[in-house]
Amino acid sequence: MTATIDAPEAALNTTVTELDALESESVHVFREVAAEFERPVILFSGGKDSIVMLHLARKAFAPAGVPFALLHVDTGHNFPEVLAYRDRTVAALGLRLEVASVEEYIADGRLRERSDGTRNPLQTIPLLDAINGHRFDAVFGGGRRDEERARAKERIFSLRDEFGQWDPRNQRPELWSLYNGKHRPGEHVRVFPLSNWTELDVWHYIEREQIPLPSIYYAHERDVFERDGMLLAVGPYSQPRDGETVTRRVVRYRTVGDMSCTGAVASTASSAAEVVVEVAASELTERGATRADDRVSEAAMEDRKREGYF
Amino acid sequence: MSTLLRLATAGSVDDGKSTLVGRLLHDCKAILADQIAHVQTVTAQRPGARGDGTDFDFALLTDGLRAEREQGITIDVAYRYFATDKRSFILADCPGHVQYTRNTVTGASTADVVIILVDARHGVLEQTRRHLAVAGLLRVPHVVLAVNKIDLVGYDEAVFTGIAKDVNDLADQLGIADVHAIPVSALVGDNVVERSAETAWYDGPTLLEYLENATGRTDTSQQPLRFPVQYVIRPQTDDEYRDYRGYTGTVASGTVSVGDPVVVLPSGRRTSVAGIDKAVVTATSTAVAERPSAVAGEAVTVRLADDIDVARGSVIVAAEASPGTRRELAATVCWLSDRPLTVGARVLIKHTTTTAQAIVTKINGALDLDTLGVIDAAGLDLNDIGKVQLKVAAPLAADPYSSNAITGSFLLIDAHDGWTLAAGMIDDEEGELL
Repeated sequence: MTATIDAPEAALNTTVTELDALESESVHVFREVAAEFERPVILFSGGKDSIVMLHLARKAFAPAGVPFALLHVDTGHNFPEVLAYRDRTVAALGLRLEVASVEEYIADGRLRERSDGTRNPLQTIPLLDAINGHRFDAVFGGGRRDEERARAKERIFSLRDEFGQWDPRNQRPELWSLYNGKHRPGEHVRVFPLSNWTELDVWHYIEREQIPLPSIYYAHERDVFERDGMLLAVGPYSQPRDGETVTRRVVRYRTVGDMSCTGAVASTASSAAEVVVEVAASELTERGATRADDRVSEAAMEDRKREGYF
Repeated sequence: MSTLLRLATAGSVDDGKSTLVGRLLHDCKAILADQIAHVQTVTAQRPGARGDGTDFDFALLTDGLRAEREQGITIDVAYRYFATDKRSFILADCPGHVQYTRNTVTGASTADVVIILVDARHGVLEQTRRHLAVAGLLRVPHVVLAVNKIDLVGYDEAVFTGIAKDVNDLADQLGIADVHAIPVSALVGDNVVERSAETAWYDGPTLLEYLENATGRTDTSQQPLRFPVQYVIRPQTDDEYRDYRGYTGTVASGTVSVGDPVVVLPSGRRTSVAGIDKAVVTATSTAVAERPSAVAGEAVTVRLADDIDVARGSVIVAAEASPGTRRELAATVCWLSDRPLTVGARVLIKHTTTTAQAIVTKINGALDLDTLGVIDAAGLDLNDIGKVQLKVAAPLAADPYSSNAITGSFLLIDAHDGWTLAAGMIDDEEGELL
């Protein structure tokens, strides 16, 4: 069985009308949350999905500012371009940024470094502690249903119990555009305004709205080595092992996560328009191409999500 | 210009819904290489696998939860996204098991097309009737009957025709106008994307051809204006927006234009539309731009000519076609909770942007799936469809569901734990929704 994409132009057909419909749905969600919750927060990593999410939030409340704080769960393994983008954005828009630091948890012994070096799964506890500590009752995440099997099962308003856990077998029915945000003290609701967006929709929208992104999303030269079919950057958190050769390649990042487990893809796409063409023709999903942490088991994401991960 | 079509699947356990969805995605080339490799690996590891590289369980493309894969059933809706040259699709793959009917109701509530699968060997089952009733009740514009596993009855035209007739009879009783039957084999691929050589007696479209040409959501931009206010924007900044006061919301129906005379409910105060704004944001600036009008489905901000009391829960409506407000509702509900409904129950009702207390004053009956008639009922149990009367603590600007799916629908919510108890649809004056 082969997976050929013989008509990428089919996927390029997303029209202004479709993007407008997706935008309106997301804006509607932001306004519902602003009206019904006391202390919402937007999870902001500096990745493209959280950047688009913030853009939509700004649209929802213009000409006023965004009435929410941002929360970054910082693994300590960041791309410097992404951190710089985060800080620039927060300063330009006058937003409040909270940071939950995995590094601090490791330093004081509350978390231990994993043997594989990846810190993505370690984000759950600092995230839940930050939610409890700040008493956030609605937490916006940039997750999309097209990303991954467990995410395909998510509601737009998704309840978390007092331990931050997701119970995928017992989700509330979500009908029409009536979102039920009722929750008991200690519980919170994860809200996914980009649920119905695909990776391609996100890129079409970045192109249309001319949304600036961290430079690593576009083609650049980098020293990389190949591991498990992914191109990992040579850097402070990922070094080649014996037998892995370092080459200088023209690459870009399709997703941005913990540096130690996020792979780059060979690409010459240097603008949003070129990325749209590339994504439409891609034979791999974005997580399949770039995320080592999802390859751990058949249900790696479901297991992390049940415990309270993004 | 392509348009988005929202689909939902329904049918009994083991009718092959997930296989059909997997087949549709696969044959539309919407499954990428790493997903295919994953399914091949998992299928090949199963007991009974042939191990010759041909093992491939299409259902694994959508059944994403551990419990679903272990039990081989779909528990909750999986949303999938795919596109052809003609249009884009959002597909809600819904469970068949009666225990998870509430998830089917979830998937069907936003669907333009419901695909109801029937196993050609078994014909119409209770779940088929239930799902047809749900599709009829939710007024899903189109129903496709996929008579699946047609290969297992030897591509027998008489079997197909018999099932199509049974379903058409039910659809007539339920007031479903548009049902199209297609003989398919999800496993083999007959008439899903590729036309089957085995069903020469069928000259209609394949499933994909049908979906590519189906009309999408009913355009409600010509209906009377309904604009539920979500949130009030008052920047209170020291700039040009110092005195800005905008009412945000999504146009539920109709078209709103600058200068339109409107009524704000529940107060009933008349005013007119002073401006309609959409956001314009750049990396560093946040502003709004005026627009002459906005249509159903658009999220915008409306400014009014007079300084009157407008807040979340207010509904701005066309002055010449106001629905008025009501505190008593006759409605049809799908009961979605394990806790039965009894007369006198105190609940919360969520209707557009209003949440209020309500009491169930009467249960007028429940739908009998065998006869599709309404029978007496003292209460409603999980998955029952019933007719109720409600008394609401706040006046609601409501329409019958048949004329407006947004101002005609509501949720009932448990005030204690927040669970969504029921999906409600407001009856016509005559109360003839069922």
